Order: sequence, then C-alpha cells, then structure tokens
Amino acid sequence: MAQFRVDVTGVGLTQLPIAVAAFRGDDAAPQKIGAIVQADLERSGQFRALDATGAAMDEAARPDFSLWRQKGADSLLVGSVTKLADGRFDLRFRLWDVARGQDLGGEKYAVAQGDLRQSAHRIADFVYEKLTGDRGVFSTRIAYVTKAAQRFNLWVADSDGENPQSALNSSEPIISPAWSPDGSQLAYVSFESRKPVVYAHEVANGKRRLLANFRGSNSAPAWAPDGRSLAVTLSRDGGSQLFLIDAAGGEPRRLSQSAFIDTEPAYARDGRSLYFVSDRGGAPQIYRMPAGGGSAERVTFTGSYNISPALSPDGRWLAYVSRVGGAFKLHVMEIATGNTNAITDSSADESPSFSPNSRLIAYATQQQGREMLMTTTLDGRIKARLAGQAGDIREPDWGPFQKP
Amino acid sequence: MKRILLAAAFSIAIAGCGSAVKLDDVSVEDKSGTPVGMQALAGPVPASTSAALSRSAIAPIEVGSKAGTGAAGAAGAATAAAARTVFFDFDSFAIKPEFQVVVDTQAKLIKADKNRKVMIEGHTDESGGREYNLALGQKRSEAVRRALVLLGVADSQIEAVSFGKEKPAAQGTDEMAMAKNRRAEISYR
Repeated sequence: MAQFRVDVTGVGLTQLPIAVAAFRGDDAAPQKIGAIVQADLERSGQFRALDATGAAMDEAARPDFSLWRQKGADSLLVGSVTKLADGRFDLRFRLWDVARGQDLGGEKYAVAQGDLRQSAHRIADFVYEKLTGDRGVFSTRIAYVTKAAQRFNLWVADSDGENPQSALNSSEPIISPAWSPDGSQLAYVSFESRKPVVYAHEVANGKRRLLANFRGSNSAPAWAPDGRSLAVTLSRDGGSQLFLIDAAGGEPRRLSQSAFIDTEPAYARDGRSLYFVSDRGGAPQIYRMPAGGGSAERVTFTGSYNISPALSPDGRWLAYVSRVGGAFKLHVMEIATGNTNAITDSSADESPSFSPNSRLIAYATQQQGREMLMTTTLDGRIKARLAGQAGDIREPDWGPFQKP
Repeated sequence: MKRILLAAAFSIAIAGCGSAVKLDDVSVEDKSGTPVGMQALAGPVPASTSAALSRSAIAPIEVGSKAGTGAAGAAGAATAAAARTVFFDFDSFAIKPEFQVVVDTQAKLIKADKNRKVMIEGHTDESGGREYNLALGQKRSEAVRRALVLLGVADSQIEAVSFGKEKPAAQGTDEMAMAKNRRAEISYR
C-alpha cells in the first residue's frame, strides 16, 4: 500500500466532511479501493475524511444515518469489490447524503485488474462531482520524467502519481512532456540523438514521430487547443525563437521575430493568445502575443526572473515560476486583476501544470536535495506529495479529462 | 438497525449479465438517488473486454545505450575535453580571452578537414528552469559558433545545439561545480 501524504495548512478552510468505508472485499483485492478514493478526495482540498474504521458495510445496505451524523459526516461512501470467474473485478459503490438520509446514487463496473485503480479514481470523480458540482480530475493522467542511475524514463501515471507505466526509457535526458488535448499523445524533447529534438508519441501503442528535428535545438512543445498544431522553440535561424508546426510535421512557420530568447510557449485555452518567456527586456519575463504572431505585451512585472507559464483551462489563472531572493517559487496570478501570490515555501519549484478542472496545480520541487512532485490548491493551502518511482522525479504535465 | 437496500434496478443489471436473481423488495423511502445498476449499464466506464487487457495500458519504448552514459568519462577523455571546452561566467555568453586559444585551436582542426562535422554543445549551471536554460545554453554554443566562423570555419561544418542544465560536467550545487557546468563543448562526432 502506497503512502499518501497530504499536508493541510491554514485555518478556516471549508471542507466537506465525508466518511469513506473500506470497500467490502478490499482485503482480498489487489487495490484498496476505499483508501484510493479517500486519498483522492483529501488531495483535492475540498474534503475532510473522517475515520470510518471498522465500518463493515457495502452498497447494498442502508446505513444507520444517526451513527454517521454523530461522527460528523455529511456524506458516506460504501461499496464492494469482488473477483469474477473470468478474472475481472466487479466494483460497485453507493454515495449517501447522511445529513438528509438520501441516496445520491452509485455505479457498477466490471474491470480488468489493471484498471482497478483507474476505476477507484472514477468513483472519486463521481463523489467529487456530486458533492461539489465540479468535474473531478482523479481519473486523469499525469506524465513525468525520472532520472535514476543515469537512465531517463518518461512515465504515464494516475493523477496521484501511482501506477506509473513507462512510455520511453532512454540513456539521454527527456524534458518538457506535453499532453495532446485529446490525451492520446505526448510531445516531448528527447536528447537521444545527442541534441534536443521534439517527438510526438502515441502512448497507447508506442508509435512516435519526429515533429521537429531541425538544425540547432528543438524544444518546448505546446499543443494548440485544437490539437492540430504545436508551438515549438527552434534555433534553426540562430537564437531561440517560436515557431508553429503542424501536428503531422512539415515546414515550421516563424511566430516570433526578436533578437532575444523567446521560448516556453503556452496557449491560452481559447487558442487566441500565446504566452511565452522572453529576455527582450534584459531579464526573463512572461509575455503574451496573438497566437498567429504579432506584437507582444508584457504580463509579469514583479521580479527579475519569471519563467514557465501555465494557463488554467478556465482561462482565469496564470501559474509560473519566479525567482525571489535566490529561490524559485511557484506563483499564481489572477489574469483579470494581475493579483499574484507565491503559494509555496519551497525554493526550487519548476514546471507548473494545471489540473483539467483548474482547481489544482502539479509542479516539481526539491526537498533535501531530492526532486519530487507535488500538487497544490491554487491558494497553496492543501499540498500533497505525489508518489512515484525511485530516483529524481520531475517535469510533470497534467493530462486532459479522459474520454468516457 | 440497518435495513437491506435492494434496488429494483440492481436486479435488472444482474439480469443483464445473464443471472437473474429474484430479490425481496424492501422499499427505500427516498428515491432521489440514481439506483446502482441503471447508471452502471449506461455508465461512463464500459466493462473491459478482457481480463488480461487493461484499457489504460502504455506501450513502452527503449532508446539509447543500455548501460547509460555517465557525465564523467575516462581520464584521457577528460583531458581531451578540456582542450575542446570554453567556460563562461555566470549569466554570460562572452568568450573570455583565456579561452580564445581553445577556439583558435579547434578552428584550425576543423578547417583542416572539410568533411568533418562538429557539434557545439552549450550547457548551463543547474539554477533556473530547464527550457530557459536550454535557450541560455544555445546562446553559449552560438557564441562559439560565431567565433569559429570569424576564424574562417565553414558554417556548414558546425551545428550549435544546447543541453541546457541536463548534462552537468560536475555534480553539486556549490559555485565550483556551477562554474564547471557553464560551458560550451566542441564535439567531434
């Protein structure tokens, strides 16, 4: 059983109290469904899990509401997991509104063993959506890179960092993974040919293609929201400049025209504007220009080193990394007002990426010299360390909502 | 006391699986929830078609040398590297006078063999973001490329690329290590 670590800081949080009973059959099942669901809900920052130890019940039983009310629960999740004759697992659950004594519904799946965790995340999504009204992101996937014993590995993992599956294993570095908008492909920068080259990689079947392998360095892929093209940084004309390239490959079109560094493109989700980093003002700052190219306006004004822009899917927030007194800290800006907050206490934050419901940010940081991945709520109050492989872990990119 | 909830829809779901079970009906007062089973059959997760096949499976690829290449080579290689490396000051892309001899020597070697292709690999220290450092390393490699071209090297023989902070020559976070990592290496392939 993996260890889940969720740190809650700050007082006065409004969190929904929920009891998640161990699923009947959890003991015999390869995955502890109740524990996975509970950790998901806690990591979201929206829920406070109550102790449900010893509750022996499943989706078929009507609970004793007064007992759960006494424990302070507003809602209760119960379910069961049963191995079927064909080797699959029958997974069922029901969510109860304890306060009102109401059945909030449930679902039933028959799934392969390898999909049990994914199904547990879907249950957490069901609960999250029923109780918050927002779409849950627990069944989405996160890509990240590990470095261990001079091997670099690109992983696709569950949104809690668990269940990692290797997409690419290389003796040379891999950086900047970026999910395609439909969640089927990862674009990334691989140094396997002893220079940075951009690939697009279909994760389900391992098919990949060279997207950008031009003279000089090729890096920083960012999918346009329609998935048809990508913005990349190329140095083929001398200097790092932004280009647009078709998702099928082909001749790139230059987007930026400066004698400075222009890199780290990131599309606004409406596809109309492109954020990027440039040192045209003497130090790296975040700028914004029309997606087709054109005049750029500066977006960050505080600090002398602002990099790695990430836009929230709802269009409201810009996350980026800012150097403050020698420390690199994750910041969140409300785009409409320009109000900005540093939301971490760490000093080597990198690579922010929003969850598809815009409620969480995944990022890389360091603690005691080890690289690790974290998630945080946008106010920085709820942080969780994501599980992962041994070795240094970095470069998270949070994938889109999965197609049903 | 717990009462047993036996939603009618549940039996429909089970019937759909080919094993209909007659259920005693204990009524549930509140019908506002969606019964288990109904939603399951039309639900968001279609049942996996096979017990062995996971629908979220990833197909892995392996590339590069199996053993992995360490940053430090043999002692001989390290000595040779010194003659091909230009070091830079913090946040600088200017070739310092003491490294002009590296550029001069390499320019002669490259010009002597017109078929020779050479990569100039820019590197940075570990401070800051990976992509921005890639762009900074590119500025260093291009500074060396321009210096070579000024000495008469054909641009077609040389390519300037960057590894950013991904391939440090020295491990560590102290200034000594950082200074060793701010470099451009001229690499014969």
